[in-house]
Amino acid sequence: MDTSRNKYAMRLLWSLLAALLLGSVARAQTPNSCLDCHSALDPPYKVTGEQFSQDIHAQKGLTCASCHGGDPSKDDQDAMSKQAGFRGKIARKDVPALCGRCHSDGAYMRQYNPSLRTDQFAQYLTSVHGKLRAKGDEKVAVCTDCHGVHDLRPANDTRSKVHPLNIAQTCARCHADAVYMKGYSIPTDQFAGYSASVHHEALTVRGDLSAPTCTTCHGNHGAAPPGVSTVQNVCSTCHVFQAQLFESSPHKAAFESASLPGCVTCHSNHRIAHPTDAMLGTGAQSICTNCHTEGDAGYQAATQIAQQLDRLDTSVKGANEILDRAESAGMEVSDAQLEQDQARDSLTKSRVAIHSANPARVQQDVDAGLQIATKTHQEGASALKERDYRRKGLAWSLLAIVAVVIGLRLYVRQIERRPS
Amino acid sequence: MFASVRKWLDARFDWAALTAPLRKKTVPVHKLSHWYFLGGITLFLFGIQVCTGILLLLYYRPSSNEAFESVQYIMTRVQFGWLVRSIHSWAANLMIFTAFCHMFSVLFLRAYRKPRELTWVSGMILLFLAMGFGFSGYLLPWNTLAFFATKVGTDIAGQVPLIGKPLMIFLRGGEEVTGATLTRFFGFHVAVLPGITTLLILVHLALIQRLGMSVPPGVEAQRTAQPELSREMHFFPNFLLRELMAWYIALGVLGALAALSPWGLGTKADPFASAPAGIRPEWYFMFMFQTLKLIPAKIWRLDGEVIGILLFGAAGAIWTLLPFLERNGKGRSQRWILGAGIFALAYMASMTVYGYLAK
Repeated sequence: MDTSRNKYAMRLLWSLLAALLLGSVARAQTPNSCLDCHSALDPPYKVTGEQFSQDIHAQKGLTCASCHGGDPSKDDQDAMSKQAGFRGKIARKDVPALCGRCHSDGAYMRQYNPSLRTDQFAQYLTSVHGKLRAKGDEKVAVCTDCHGVHDLRPANDTRSKVHPLNIAQTCARCHADAVYMKGYSIPTDQFAGYSASVHHEALTVRGDLSAPTCTTCHGNHGAAPPGVSTVQNVCSTCHVFQAQLFESSPHKAAFESASLPGCVTCHSNHRIAHPTDAMLGTGAQSICTNCHTEGDAGYQAATQIAQQLDRLDTSVKGANEILDRAESAGMEVSDAQLEQDQARDSLTKSRVAIHSANPARVQQDVDAGLQIATKTHQEGASALKERDYRRKGLAWSLLAIVAVVIGLRLYVRQIERRPS
Repeated sequence: MFASVRKWLDARFDWAALTAPLRKKTVPVHKLSHWYFLGGITLFLFGIQVCTGILLLLYYRPSSNEAFESVQYIMTRVQFGWLVRSIHSWAANLMIFTAFCHMFSVLFLRAYRKPRELTWVSGMILLFLAMGFGFSGYLLPWNTLAFFATKVGTDIAGQVPLIGKPLMIFLRGGEEVTGATLTRFFGFHVAVLPGITTLLILVHLALIQRLGMSVPPGVEAQRTAQPELSREMHFFPNFLLRELMAWYIALGVLGALAALSPWGLGTKADPFASAPAGIRPEWYFMFMFQTLKLIPAKIWRLDGEVIGILLFGAAGAIWTLLPFLERNGKGRSQRWILGAGIFALAYMASMTVYGYLAK
């Protein structure tokens, strides 16, 4: 009985193996007449199997027919017949709707990526691109302009055109092209400005992928310029404290009445440089003097705030310098260095507090920083004093040792001269 | 006053008879006799280690939560704590340096030859123990560099065939370097190693006392040919006072190093952090570490690192038994040992320098 059961099990195993083998052969031989021809065509009709295999859609099992219709299992013109539902080349104006057919279908998309949003098409319709396209503008961006076509990669792939590191270049393809943008009445220096900005440096030099790029401020599918009145809302998504202080500052009402865009008025928009203390006060690089003149309250406040920051900055630098000197002399000042971090934090907080445009508010953080920096400076000075004390001690000890060695040498000589 | 103390001791213990062998003991004087001081300096540095180590024990706390902070406390709050800790660390390094110099001087002066084979063997074991002191003490401040160097060091010990894995677990007190490793290393450093070392130092000194100082063969031949030129010096007080001068100079060097370049503390070890770049062992392990880095991963079908460890183990064993490999009166074996000594010195020096220069 055991033998017959074993035979049955063996037959079942062989049958399963044969089925698997046949299945894989059959899959390998599934014809794709689209790629057979298009891989041999010249651009823009050229699409190779290798190129399409990189596409996220191909990797998820979609085929040419998923977008273009037709029947890739048939040869020649039968594959592209109307009967087979062939749609041919998708017109630019139809691309967003075609992509939206799947990407707006939550139930359909859930099977591939449950966390992917499905409002891209709806967002696109609200964007400047979408609105102009609805008016019949054929030049505006559609999905494939930004995401690519036939080798479309997910946004977290560094080779993707919409990866954070590549987005600015993708937007710049149109927006930095003065000829292409002719007729839209918007500048084309955004990319040049952004490339010189602190945000670009954070993204590309420091590798901080959360640093802002075009879509962070303008939106991606719903891309539009932030309005003058809402620009601080855009910046405040990251710069929360600065925005809160600005909201309570006298600048808020003054900017609104003069129709000045909040943050951008002082920091510019795309070419946002690393802010410096020199931007404050009334010096040559001051931006306060763009609006304030000598004698007005704002001019006085600017002068006062600049002096407060300068005082704290000088104090923190002095403490840094003396602690570094003590550390390089081998003194143990790690506790003071740890406290000095708090002084540096206070300096950063003071620089944030200037958005209140209120010297009394800035003074709170400056005072906290000064207190710590004064203490750490004293600790550094004590460490250097201790170093000098040690060196003096060493000098005296070495003198004593030399004296003893000389004394011993003389004594040895003396006893060796004695007759044994 | 000294005379009255001596009289008091004499009346009770027959002090004069007790110290008579010391007064009778002589030390040969020749152009190479200054090399004799190296052993004494190493002993002096060991004494410094014991004294400063006891002082550090008053404040040091051997647990992963408190070790770093306690050393920091010693360095910053305890009166002259910085000096005690810096001298302990510098003296440890100087002691191993002088021990190596002593070993090579004994080798090149052929002081290991009959009847002093066991003096050499005990000295070699003391050198290995000194390195053990260095390895176990390095971890005790529980800073980042020491933590990862210990991890690498015990990993290498884990590669020894057959006993590697149990040895590694024994050293670490588990699979990983943790607070258990620190406690264990503390035990080795302040109890096990000092006990064995003290016993072995006594044996080493007793052997030297019994067999006397060796005279290099070349000098010995001269002394035999011209006995009128051979000179001796009393061990007490002449040699001992000279040794005392050498100790004072060593103390001056130690004080200068401790005051001008206090031993750093680094940052507290974080077992969950990734290893910082450029992890290196102490300088006296560098030649082995660099060699293991250069050995290919596979030699024929065998693991390269295992072969390296076995070769170093075999070299250490052969080196310890070197006097027994020299056949009396056979010039070839003497030349072979001299050549091996020069090669070992050159190899260790060049590999150490290479290890520090290599990225």
